[in-house]
Amino acid sequence: MTIGVKKVARPRKMSFGESLYLIEIVKGLGVTIGHFLHNVAHNKDIPTIEYPEVRRTMPPRFRGCHRLMKRMDGTPRCVACYMCATACPAECITIVAGESPDATVEKYPVSFDIDMLRCVFCGQCVEACPCDAIRMDTGWYTPPDDSREKLIFKIERLLEK
Amino acid sequence: MNPLFDIAVSVARIAVFFAFVFGLVVVMTWVERKGAAYIQDRRGPNRASIMGVTLFGMFHPLADALKFLFKEDFIPDGAHRLFYQLAPMFALAPAILTMAVVPFGPPVTIAGKQVALHIADLNVGILYLFAVSGMAVYGIVLAGWSSNSKYPLLGGLRSSAQMISYEVSMGLSVVGILMVFQSVQLSAIVRGQGELLFGILPRWGVFVQPLGFILFVTALYAEANRTPFDLPEGESELVAGYHTEYASFKFSMFMMAEYIHLVVGAAVLATLFFGGWQFPYLGDSGFAFPGGISVAVPAWAVFLLRIGSFVGKTLFFCWLYVWVRWTIPRFRYDQVMRLGWKVMLPLALANIFVTGIVLLLIDRGGF
Repeated sequence: MTIGVKKVARPRKMSFGESLYLIEIVKGLGVTIGHFLHNVAHNKDIPTIEYPEVRRTMPPRFRGCHRLMKRMDGTPRCVACYMCATACPAECITIVAGESPDATVEKYPVSFDIDMLRCVFCGQCVEACPCDAIRMDTGWYTPPDDSREKLIFKIERLLEK
Repeated sequence: MNPLFDIAVSVARIAVFFAFVFGLVVVMTWVERKGAAYIQDRRGPNRASIMGVTLFGMFHPLADALKFLFKEDFIPDGAHRLFYQLAPMFALAPAILTMAVVPFGPPVTIAGKQVALHIADLNVGILYLFAVSGMAVYGIVLAGWSSNSKYPLLGGLRSSAQMISYEVSMGLSVVGILMVFQSVQLSAIVRGQGELLFGILPRWGVFVQPLGFILFVTALYAEANRTPFDLPEGESELVAGYHTEYASFKFSMFMMAEYIHLVVGAAVLATLFFGGWQFPYLGDSGFAFPGGISVAVPAWAVFLLRIGSFVGKTLFFCWLYVWVRWTIPRFRYDQVMRLGWKVMLPLALANIFVTGIVLLLIDRGGF
């Protein structure tokens, strides 16, 4: 016997009753009407989520759309250190740094763009951030849009959530 | 006789039955989608709304129709322009014509005249039905050939082979009914089914011809190109079969033809095998149960019960089409052909033979 040849279970021969089809078809009709009647009677049991109106609650550690955190005074927590942009494997973060008016803070992001079409939602930026300024805990996906420009999220939008 | 009265009656009959069939066609598209959804644990159409009312998605057929009307009327490059345009008409016309011979109620007396609830009570009823419904294959073949595309061509080929093979066993499966009721006129067949069999069962076609019934249903599904015989439009291999290249209202004409076949098929099934407008144990003056008990029913109620019985049976068989469609997977093409020629045809012939012998014995024995 050849090595590695596996005996596969072949379907058994149909019995006479099965080969008539009719009885089996009636059984099948019974199954489908059972589902039909159950779903008519218990409409709530249908697992469909009516999406735009009803949204699934994501698990707490779900990595979704990004957001930028704020300090108590409302300025962005980000210090424009470029750690996230460096860590990003998809190179989707573009930061322009400026000198901060606050004497205790060195830099602040003049602009902070995330190209959501390039992002692979790996969470490396969140890991890399020394100030806990970027998080992915909005609990939802990137909402769809109709142009590439609108899907490059600006700092204002990222600070909103 | 007043010719105006006759014309008015004819027009009214046509209008009522037309409205019934087309209304049912519209409802069936909804039933198909909603039924499919519920059988598969989905919700089905529920979005189309008029002023916030969705009514379980009942407005979807309306939305579909509007969409079909406003779509671009597209003719593919290289299609045979004349036949391409004719094909949907060839598909739809025979489908509409078939409904003419189905009796949808008992004769009524209006203004002292007997009026048959029948568009045309032809004395060749069943032959007309087969002749006209056989024409439907032209629409499909023309559509498949004139589209100048390989998938419609294959779909058209398949459907012509399938419809021709099943037409044989369909015709033969009905011969038993014709022998039992001694007529090809549908109204006579329905009248014959009003009697009782052995004094207990209604003498319906399904009780005197059970095998004929099974064969007829199977052939009917094959003729209407419904699952498990929807080879002509097997999505997985042929995209959409013969109507792949059709869009807008031409596509909807194919769709309508398919659903009219379905509705008329259900009505014919009810007529031939389930007593048409006959209500079990209901005579002209009331119920007469086998035990000798009889309940008097006023004439108008008898009439309504009989019409309701026809409508109810038709609705049930329409639903059966949907039910079967979402239960049984599609046959392979060679299986369809083998079933048609090697199983159905011999069985239909045997059915005729046995029916003939039994009728002869009954005749001799003088039952």
